[in-house]
Amino acid sequence: MKYVDEYRDAGLVRGLADAIARTVTQPWTIMEICGGQTHAIVKFGLDDLLPPAITLVHGPGCPVCVTSADLIDTAVDLALQHRVILCSFGDMLRVPGNGIDLLTAKARGGDIRIVYSPLDAVALAREHPGREVVFFAVGFETTAPANAMAVLRAEREGVRNFSLLTSHVLVPPAMRAILGAPDNRVQGFLAAGHVCTIMGVQEYGPIARDHHAPIIITGFEPVDILEGILLCVKQLESGRAEVENAYSRAVRTEGNVHARGIVERVFVVADRDWRGLGVIPASGLAVRPEYAAYDALRRFPCAACAARAASECISGEIMRGVKKPHHCPAFGTRCTPEHPLGAPMVSSEGACAAYHRYRARAA
Amino acid sequence: MCLAVPGKIVEVTEGDPLLRSAKVSFAGVVKQVSLTCTPEAKLGDYVLVHVGVAISTIDPQEAAETFKYLKAMGELDGLDPAQMEASPP
Ligand code: SF4
Repeated sequence: MKYVDEYRDAGLVRGLADAIARTVTQPWTIMEICGGQTHAIVKFGLDDLLPPAITLVHGPGCPVCVTSADLIDTAVDLALQHRVILCSFGDMLRVPGNGIDLLTAKARGGDIRIVYSPLDAVALAREHPGREVVFFAVGFETTAPANAMAVLRAEREGVRNFSLLTSHVLVPPAMRAILGAPDNRVQGFLAAGHVCTIMGVQEYGPIARDHHAPIIITGFEPVDILEGILLCVKQLESGRAEVENAYSRAVRTEGNVHARGIVERVFVVADRDWRGLGVIPASGLAVRPEYAAYDALRRFPCAACAARAASECISGEIMRGVKKPHHCPAFGTRCTPEHPLGAPMVSSEGACAAYHRYRARAA
Repeated sequence: MCLAVPGKIVEVTEGDPLLRSAKVSFAGVVKQVSLTCTPEAKLGDYVLVHVGVAISTIDPQEAAETFKYLKAMGELDGLDPAQMEASPP
Protein backbone atom coordinates (compact mmCIF):
# COMPACT_ATOMS: atom_id res chain seq x y z
CA MET A 1 0.00 0.00 0.00
CA LYS A 2 1.47 3.35 -1.03
CA TYR A 3 2.64 5.57 1.86
CA VAL A 4 2.60 2.54 4.13
CA ASP A 5 4.84 -0.21 2.77
CA GLU A 6 7.87 1.97 2.08
CA TYR A 7 7.70 3.25 5.66
CA ARG A 8 8.06 -0.31 6.88
CA ASP A 9 11.17 -0.99 4.81
CA ALA A 10 13.44 -3.22 6.87
CA GLY A 11 16.64 -1.72 5.47
CA LEU A 12 15.58 1.82 6.33
CA VAL A 13 14.47 0.75 9.77
CA ARG A 14 17.86 -0.79 10.42
CA GLY A 15 19.68 2.22 9.03
CA LEU A 16 17.76 4.55 11.32
CA ALA A 17 18.28 2.35 14.36
CA ASP A 18 22.03 2.38 13.63
CA ALA A 19 22.02 6.14 13.23
CA ILE A 20 20.31 6.46 16.63
CA ALA A 21 22.87 4.14 18.24
CA ARG A 22 25.71 6.23 16.81
CA THR A 23 24.21 9.47 18.05
CA VAL A 24 23.50 8.49 21.65
CA THR A 25 26.16 9.14 24.28
CA GLN A 26 24.05 9.11 27.46
CA PRO A 27 20.65 7.90 28.72
CA TRP A 28 17.51 9.68 27.52
CA THR A 29 13.83 9.19 28.24
CA ILE A 30 11.45 9.98 25.39
CA MET A 31 7.66 9.80 25.47
CA GLU A 32 5.48 9.05 22.50
CA ILE A 33 2.22 10.74 23.27
CA CYS A 34 -0.08 8.83 20.97
CA GLY A 35 -1.46 5.38 21.64
CA GLY A 36 -1.26 4.64 17.91
CA GLN A 37 2.49 5.11 18.07
CA THR A 38 2.72 3.02 21.23
CA HIS A 39 0.89 0.29 19.38
CA ALA A 40 3.30 0.46 16.42
CA ILE A 41 6.38 0.52 18.68
CA VAL A 42 5.29 -2.62 20.47
CA LYS A 43 3.89 -4.34 17.38
CA PHE A 44 7.07 -3.88 15.35
CA GLY A 45 9.41 -4.32 18.34
CA LEU A 46 10.99 -0.93 17.66
CA ASP A 47 12.04 -0.50 21.28
CA ASP A 48 14.17 -3.63 20.94
CA LEU A 49 16.09 -2.02 18.09
CA LEU A 50 17.10 0.96 20.20
CA PRO A 51 20.28 1.23 22.22
CA PRO A 52 19.69 0.52 25.94
CA ALA A 53 20.39 4.17 26.77
CA ILE A 54 17.07 5.16 25.21
CA THR A 55 13.96 4.59 27.27
CA LEU A 56 10.60 5.02 25.59
CA VAL A 57 7.73 5.79 27.92
CA HIS A 58 4.17 5.73 26.77
CA GLY A 59 1.93 8.73 27.02
CA PRO A 60 -1.74 9.16 27.84
CA GLY A 61 -2.63 9.23 24.15
CA CYS A 62 -5.42 6.73 24.25
CA PRO A 63 -8.76 8.55 24.48
CA VAL A 64 -10.48 5.36 25.51
CA CYS A 65 -8.11 4.96 28.46
CA VAL A 66 -8.51 8.51 29.71
CA THR A 67 -12.32 8.68 29.51
CA SER A 68 -13.54 9.04 33.07
CA ALA A 69 -15.45 6.26 34.78
CA ASP A 70 -18.26 8.73 35.50
CA LEU A 71 -18.79 9.26 31.82
CA ILE A 72 -18.97 5.54 31.18
CA ASP A 73 -21.62 5.33 33.90
CA THR A 74 -23.49 8.04 32.05
CA ALA A 75 -23.32 6.07 28.80
CA VAL A 76 -24.62 2.97 30.58
CA ASP A 77 -27.39 5.03 32.11
CA LEU A 78 -28.39 6.48 28.75
CA ALA A 79 -28.63 2.99 27.28
CA LEU A 80 -30.44 1.29 30.15
CA GLN A 81 -32.57 4.04 31.73
CA HIS A 82 -33.20 6.39 28.84
CA ARG A 83 -33.35 3.52 26.32
CA VAL A 84 -31.40 5.43 23.69
CA ILE A 85 -29.52 3.77 20.85
CA LEU A 86 -26.00 4.29 22.15
CA CYS A 87 -23.37 4.29 19.40
CA SER A 88 -19.70 3.95 20.16
CA PHE A 89 -16.38 2.93 18.74
CA GLY A 90 -15.84 -0.74 19.55
CA ASP A 91 -12.98 -0.30 21.97
CA MET A 92 -15.14 1.63 24.47
CA LEU A 93 -17.34 -1.35 25.22
CA ARG A 94 -15.09 -3.13 27.68
CA VAL A 95 -13.83 -0.12 29.59
CA PRO A 96 -15.09 -0.34 33.17
CA GLY A 97 -17.10 2.43 34.70
CA ASN A 98 -17.73 2.68 38.42
CA GLY A 99 -20.44 0.08 37.86
CA ILE A 100 -20.78 -2.04 34.75
CA ASP A 101 -19.21 -1.63 31.31
CA LEU A 102 -21.13 -1.06 28.08
CA LEU A 103 -20.81 -4.67 26.99
CA THR A 104 -22.60 -5.78 30.15
CA ALA A 105 -25.20 -3.08 29.58
CA LYS A 106 -25.71 -4.52 26.10
CA ALA A 107 -26.16 -8.00 27.54
CA ARG A 108 -28.79 -6.54 29.86
CA GLY A 109 -30.80 -5.29 26.92
CA GLY A 110 -29.21 -1.93 26.21
CA ASP A 111 -29.30 -1.03 22.53
CA ILE A 112 -25.59 -0.43 22.11
CA ARG A 113 -24.14 -0.39 18.62
CA ILE A 114 -20.61 -0.22 17.33
CA VAL A 115 -20.13 2.23 14.50
CA TYR A 116 -17.11 3.04 12.37
CA SER A 117 -17.83 6.76 12.12
CA PRO A 118 -19.96 9.33 13.96
CA LEU A 119 -21.53 10.02 10.56
CA ASP A 120 -22.90 6.47 10.65
CA ALA A 121 -24.61 7.34 13.93
CA VAL A 122 -26.33 10.30 12.25
CA ALA A 123 -27.52 7.96 9.51
CA LEU A 124 -28.87 5.62 12.18
CA ALA A 125 -30.78 8.51 13.75
CA ARG A 126 -32.26 9.34 10.36
CA GLU A 127 -33.41 5.74 9.96
CA HIS A 128 -34.94 5.60 13.45
CA PRO A 129 -36.82 8.89 13.86
CA GLY A 130 -38.75 7.49 16.81
CA ARG A 131 -35.62 6.72 18.85
CA GLU A 132 -32.97 8.88 20.46
CA VAL A 133 -29.48 8.14 19.13
CA VAL A 134 -26.44 9.15 21.19
CA PHE A 135 -22.89 8.91 19.89
CA PHE A 136 -20.23 8.43 22.56
CA ALA A 137 -17.77 10.98 21.20
CA VAL A 138 -14.38 10.14 22.63
CA GLY A 139 -11.17 11.22 21.04
CA PHE A 140 -8.39 13.72 20.59
CA GLU A 141 -8.14 16.62 18.17
CA THR A 142 -7.89 14.06 15.34
CA THR A 143 -11.45 12.85 15.91
CA ALA A 144 -13.02 16.19 16.79
CA PRO A 145 -13.70 17.26 13.16
CA ALA A 146 -15.66 14.06 12.47
CA ASN A 147 -17.72 14.50 15.63
CA ALA A 148 -18.35 18.17 14.90
CA MET A 149 -19.38 17.28 11.35
CA ALA A 150 -21.88 14.79 12.71
CA VAL A 151 -23.58 17.62 14.61
CA LEU A 152 -23.52 19.94 11.58
CA ARG A 153 -24.93 17.24 9.33
CA ALA A 154 -27.68 16.42 11.78
CA GLU A 155 -28.52 20.10 11.91
CA ARG A 156 -28.45 20.47 8.13
CA GLU A 157 -30.63 17.42 7.58
CA GLY A 158 -33.06 18.29 10.36
CA VAL A 159 -32.19 15.16 12.33
CA ARG A 160 -33.31 16.08 15.83
CA ASN A 161 -32.94 12.76 17.61
CA PHE A 162 -29.14 12.78 17.55
CA SER A 163 -26.75 13.95 20.23
CA LEU A 164 -23.16 13.55 21.41
CA LEU A 165 -21.91 12.32 24.76
CA THR A 166 -18.61 14.12 24.61
CA SER A 167 -15.34 13.05 26.16
CA HIS A 168 -12.98 15.04 24.00
CA VAL A 169 -9.44 15.58 25.20
CA LEU A 170 -6.65 17.85 23.96
CA VAL A 171 -3.02 16.83 23.75
CA PRO A 172 -0.95 19.96 24.53
CA PRO A 173 -2.40 20.53 28.02
CA ALA A 174 -1.64 16.90 28.88
CA MET A 175 1.96 17.34 27.69
CA ARG A 176 2.31 20.38 29.90
CA ALA A 177 0.82 18.49 32.84
CA ILE A 178 3.31 15.66 32.34
CA LEU A 179 6.34 17.91 31.92
CA GLY A 180 5.33 20.05 34.86
CA ALA A 181 4.83 17.20 37.33
CA PRO A 182 7.48 17.10 40.08
CA ASP A 183 8.30 13.47 39.33
CA ASN A 184 8.54 13.93 35.56
CA ARG A 185 11.21 11.89 33.74
CA VAL A 186 10.28 12.77 30.17
CA GLN A 187 13.03 14.71 28.37
CA GLY A 188 11.65 14.77 24.85
CA PHE A 189 8.39 14.08 23.05
CA LEU A 190 7.22 12.46 19.88
CA ALA A 191 4.10 14.51 19.26
CA ALA A 192 1.03 12.82 17.84
CA GLY A 193 1.15 13.22 14.07
CA HIS A 194 -2.54 13.07 13.32
CA VAL A 195 -3.44 15.49 16.08
CA CYS A 196 -1.04 17.91 14.37
CA THR A 197 -2.61 17.16 10.99
CA ILE A 198 -5.65 18.98 12.36
CA MET A 199 -4.09 21.48 14.78
CA GLY A 200 -0.77 22.30 13.15
CA VAL A 201 2.46 22.72 15.07
CA GLN A 202 2.21 26.18 16.60
CA GLU A 203 0.98 25.04 20.02
CA TYR A 204 4.20 23.16 20.67
CA GLY A 205 6.83 25.89 20.43
CA PRO A 206 5.97 27.40 23.82
CA ILE A 207 5.87 23.96 25.46
CA ALA A 208 9.30 23.06 24.08
CA ARG A 209 10.68 26.39 25.26
CA ASP A 210 9.07 26.50 28.70
CA HIS A 211 10.09 22.96 29.60
CA HIS A 212 13.25 22.77 27.51
CA ALA A 213 12.08 19.58 25.82
CA PRO A 214 12.43 18.80 22.12
CA ILE A 215 9.14 17.95 20.43
CA ILE A 216 9.15 16.01 17.17
CA ILE A 217 5.93 15.74 15.17
CA THR A 218 5.99 12.07 14.27
CA GLY A 219 4.03 9.68 12.05
CA PHE A 220 2.96 6.14 12.76
CA GLU A 221 4.94 3.74 10.63
CA PRO A 222 8.19 2.18 11.88
CA VAL A 223 10.37 4.44 9.72
CA ASP A 224 8.42 7.52 10.87
CA ILE A 225 8.82 6.62 14.53
CA LEU A 226 12.52 5.87 14.32
CA GLU A 227 13.09 9.09 12.40
CA GLY A 228 11.23 10.94 15.18
CA ILE A 229 13.41 9.28 17.81
CA LEU A 230 16.59 10.08 15.86
CA LEU A 231 15.69 13.77 15.53
CA CYS A 232 14.75 13.89 19.21
CA VAL A 233 18.01 12.26 20.30
CA LYS A 234 20.06 14.61 18.12
CA GLN A 235 18.41 17.58 19.81
CA LEU A 236 18.85 16.12 23.29
CA GLU A 237 22.51 15.37 22.65
CA SER A 238 23.16 18.88 21.42
CA GLY A 239 21.12 20.56 24.16
CA ARG A 240 18.46 21.95 21.81
CA ALA A 241 14.72 22.00 22.53
CA GLU A 242 12.88 22.79 19.33
CA VAL A 243 9.81 21.67 17.44
CA GLU A 244 10.56 19.66 14.32
CA ASN A 245 8.12 18.21 11.84
CA ALA A 246 9.09 14.69 10.81
CA TYR A 247 5.66 14.04 9.31
CA SER A 248 5.51 16.74 6.69
CA ARG A 249 3.69 14.58 4.17
CA ALA A 250 0.58 14.84 6.35
CA VAL A 251 1.19 17.80 8.68
CA ARG A 252 1.23 21.40 7.44
CA THR A 253 2.53 24.04 9.83
CA GLU A 254 -0.92 25.61 10.10
CA GLY A 255 -2.73 22.27 10.36
CA ASN A 256 -6.02 21.77 8.57
CA VAL A 257 -7.81 25.10 8.78
CA HIS A 258 -11.08 23.72 7.37
CA ALA A 259 -11.21 20.98 9.96
CA ARG A 260 -10.36 23.41 12.75
CA GLY A 261 -13.09 25.77 11.62
CA ILE A 262 -15.64 22.98 11.85
CA VAL A 263 -14.42 21.98 15.30
CA GLU A 264 -14.59 25.56 16.54
CA ARG A 265 -18.15 25.96 15.30
CA VAL A 266 -19.42 23.09 17.41
CA PHE A 267 -17.04 22.76 20.35
CA VAL A 268 -15.55 25.00 22.98
CA VAL A 269 -12.49 24.35 25.15
CA ALA A 270 -13.42 23.11 28.63
CA ASP A 271 -11.81 21.54 31.66
CA ARG A 272 -11.69 17.77 31.46
CA ASP A 273 -11.32 14.98 33.98
CA TRP A 274 -8.72 12.53 32.64
CA ARG A 275 -8.92 9.05 34.05
CA GLY A 276 -5.64 8.54 35.87
CA LEU A 277 -4.50 12.14 35.61
CA GLY A 278 -7.37 14.03 37.20
CA VAL A 279 -8.88 17.29 36.07
CA ILE A 280 -6.63 19.28 33.73
CA PRO A 281 -7.78 22.85 33.06
CA ALA A 282 -8.79 23.67 29.47
CA SER A 283 -7.83 20.19 28.32
CA GLY A 284 -11.00 19.08 26.57
CA LEU A 285 -13.81 20.07 24.28
CA ALA A 286 -17.48 20.46 25.19
CA VAL A 287 -20.44 21.12 22.90
CA ARG A 288 -21.05 24.85 22.53
CA PRO A 289 -24.20 26.26 24.14
CA GLU A 290 -25.52 27.10 20.63
CA TYR A 291 -25.58 23.37 19.91
CA ALA A 292 -26.99 22.33 23.29
CA ALA A 293 -29.74 20.40 21.51
CA TYR A 294 -27.02 18.01 20.30
CA ASP A 295 -25.43 17.62 23.72
CA ALA A 296 -26.53 14.42 25.45
CA LEU A 297 -25.53 15.74 28.87
CA ARG A 298 -28.07 18.48 28.40
CA ARG A 299 -30.78 16.44 26.70
CA PHE A 300 -30.90 13.69 29.28
CA PRO A 301 -30.76 15.01 32.79
CA CYS A 302 -30.00 12.11 35.09
CA ALA A 303 -28.04 11.36 38.21
CA ALA A 304 -25.05 9.97 36.39
CA CYS A 305 -25.05 12.83 33.90
CA ALA A 306 -25.12 15.33 36.70
CA ALA A 307 -22.31 13.57 38.50
CA ARG A 308 -20.27 13.61 35.33
CA ALA A 309 -21.11 17.15 34.41
CA ALA A 310 -20.19 18.24 37.90
CA SER A 311 -16.59 17.52 37.07
CA GLU A 312 -16.91 20.16 34.37
CA CYS A 313 -17.66 22.56 37.18
CA ILE A 314 -14.87 25.04 37.64
CA SER A 315 -16.07 26.09 41.06
CA GLY A 316 -12.60 25.47 42.50
CA GLU A 317 -11.08 28.06 40.22
CA ILE A 318 -13.96 30.44 40.77
CA MET A 319 -13.46 30.20 44.50
CA ARG A 320 -9.74 30.75 44.18
CA GLY A 321 -10.47 33.85 42.18
CA VAL A 322 -8.80 32.51 39.07
CA LYS A 323 -11.96 32.50 36.99
CA LYS A 324 -15.43 33.99 36.94
CA PRO A 325 -18.70 32.11 36.53
CA HIS A 326 -19.16 33.04 32.89
CA HIS A 327 -15.81 31.39 32.14
CA CYS A 328 -17.45 28.09 32.98
CA PRO A 329 -18.61 26.34 29.79
CA ALA A 330 -21.64 24.94 31.60
CA PHE A 331 -22.74 28.32 32.94
CA GLY A 332 -26.29 29.14 31.96
CA THR A 333 -26.56 26.14 29.65
CA ARG A 334 -25.98 22.78 31.28
CA CYS A 335 -25.86 24.49 34.65
CA THR A 336 -28.73 26.69 35.77
CA PRO A 337 -30.38 27.28 39.18
CA GLU A 338 -33.10 24.82 38.10
CA HIS A 339 -30.50 22.19 37.16
CA PRO A 340 -27.33 23.07 39.05
CA LEU A 341 -24.14 21.17 38.35
CA GLY A 342 -22.09 22.75 41.06
CA ALA A 343 -22.50 24.20 44.49
CA PRO A 344 -22.05 27.86 43.46
CA MET A 345 -25.17 27.57 41.29
CA VAL A 346 -27.27 26.04 44.07
CA SER A 347 -26.91 28.49 46.87
CA SER A 348 -28.39 31.92 46.31
CA GLU A 349 -25.17 33.29 47.70
CA GLY A 350 -23.10 31.31 45.24
CA ALA A 351 -21.22 33.31 42.65
CA CYS A 352 -22.69 31.39 39.75
CA ALA A 353 -26.28 31.76 40.90
CA ALA A 354 -25.67 35.47 41.44
CA TYR A 355 -24.22 35.94 38.01
CA HIS A 356 -27.00 33.91 36.49
CA ARG A 357 -29.64 35.98 38.20
CA TYR A 358 -28.14 39.40 37.69
CA ARG A 359 -25.89 39.25 34.72
CA ALA A 360 -27.28 36.34 32.72
CA ARG A 361 -25.18 35.71 29.64
CA ALA A 362 -24.06 39.23 29.13
CA ALA A 363 -21.39 38.74 31.78
CA MET B 1 -7.70 5.61 18.21
CA CYS B 2 -6.06 8.37 16.16
CA LEU B 3 -5.38 5.80 13.49
CA ALA B 4 -5.66 7.33 10.03
CA VAL B 5 -5.03 5.33 6.89
CA PRO B 6 -3.85 6.63 3.52
CA GLY B 7 -6.05 5.80 0.54
CA LYS B 8 -6.47 6.92 -3.06
CA ILE B 9 -9.51 8.87 -4.25
CA VAL B 10 -11.14 6.94 -7.08
CA GLU B 11 -14.40 8.88 -7.43
CA VAL B 12 -15.62 12.24 -6.14
CA THR B 13 -19.23 13.18 -5.41
CA GLU B 14 -19.43 16.98 -5.56
CA GLY B 15 -22.16 19.05 -3.94
CA ASP B 16 -22.78 20.89 -0.69
CA PRO B 17 -19.37 21.30 1.05
CA LEU B 18 -20.80 19.62 4.14
CA LEU B 19 -21.74 16.57 2.11
CA ARG B 20 -18.88 16.40 -0.42
CA SER B 21 -17.52 12.90 -0.42
CA ALA B 22 -15.45 10.38 -2.31
CA LYS B 23 -14.90 6.73 -2.87
CA VAL B 24 -11.45 5.99 -1.50
CA SER B 25 -9.50 2.83 -2.22
CA PHE B 26 -7.39 1.31 0.54
CA ALA B 27 -5.30 -1.26 -1.31
CA GLY B 28 -8.43 -2.33 -3.20
CA VAL B 29 -11.00 -2.01 -0.40
CA VAL B 30 -13.24 0.94 -1.33
CA LYS B 31 -15.02 3.08 1.25
CA GLN B 32 -17.17 6.20 1.16
CA VAL B 33 -15.28 9.05 2.82
CA SER B 34 -16.23 12.64 3.65
CA LEU B 35 -14.15 15.34 1.93
CA THR B 36 -15.61 18.21 3.95
CA CYS B 37 -12.31 18.85 5.74
CA THR B 38 -10.23 18.55 2.57
CA PRO B 39 -11.94 20.73 -0.06
CA GLU B 40 -8.71 20.74 -2.08
CA ALA B 41 -8.71 16.95 -2.51
CA LYS B 42 -9.33 15.73 -6.04
CA LEU B 43 -9.51 12.56 -8.05
CA GLY B 44 -6.26 10.58 -7.83
CA ASP B 45 -5.04 12.29 -4.65
CA TYR B 46 -4.05 10.31 -1.60
CA VAL B 47 -5.92 11.28 1.55
CA LEU B 48 -5.45 10.31 5.16
CA VAL B 49 -8.75 8.93 6.45
CA HIS B 50 -9.85 8.82 10.07
CA VAL B 51 -13.30 7.50 11.13
CA GLY B 52 -14.79 8.11 7.71
CA VAL B 53 -13.39 11.60 7.26
CA ALA B 54 -10.41 12.64 5.12
CA ILE B 55 -8.36 14.76 7.52
CA SER B 56 -5.53 15.64 5.14
CA THR B 57 -4.25 15.20 1.63
CA ILE B 58 -0.84 13.57 1.49
CA ASP B 59 1.74 15.88 -0.03
CA PRO B 60 3.61 13.74 -2.58
CA GLN B 61 6.50 16.17 -2.80
CA GLU B 62 7.06 16.25 0.96
CA ALA B 63 6.80 12.47 1.02
CA ALA B 64 9.41 12.15 -1.72
CA GLU B 65 11.76 14.58 -0.02
CA THR B 66 11.49 12.90 3.36
CA PHE B 67 12.23 9.67 1.66
CA LYS B 68 15.29 11.00 -0.08
CA TYR B 69 16.51 12.32 3.25
CA LEU B 70 15.91 9.01 4.96
CA LYS B 71 17.70 7.09 2.24
CA ALA B 72 20.60 9.52 2.42
CA MET B 73 20.79 9.02 6.16
CA GLY B 74 21.12 5.28 5.65
CA GLU B 75 23.91 5.82 3.13
CA LEU B 76 25.67 8.38 5.31
CA ASP B 77 26.11 5.55 7.77
CA GLY B 78 29.48 6.00 9.46
CA LEU B 79 30.16 9.43 7.99
CA ASP B 80 30.89 12.66 9.78
CA PRO B 81 27.88 13.63 11.97
CA ALA B 82 28.29 17.27 10.98
CA GLN B 83 27.40 16.25 7.47
CA MET B 84 24.27 14.49 8.74
CA GLU B 85 23.18 17.63 10.53
CA ALA B 86 23.49 19.50 7.28
CA SER B 87 20.90 17.40 5.46
CA PRO B 88 17.45 18.99 5.42
CA PRO B 89 14.98 17.54 7.92
S1 SF4 C 1 -21.74 25.85 39.50
FE1 SF4 C 1 -22.31 25.68 37.43
S2 SF4 C 1 -21.82 27.61 36.53
FE2 SF4 C 1 -20.73 27.49 38.44
S3 SF4 C 1 -18.77 26.71 37.95
FE3 SF4 C 1 -20.01 24.99 38.48
S4 SF4 C 1 -20.87 24.28 36.59
FE4 SF4 C 1 -20.08 26.29 36.23
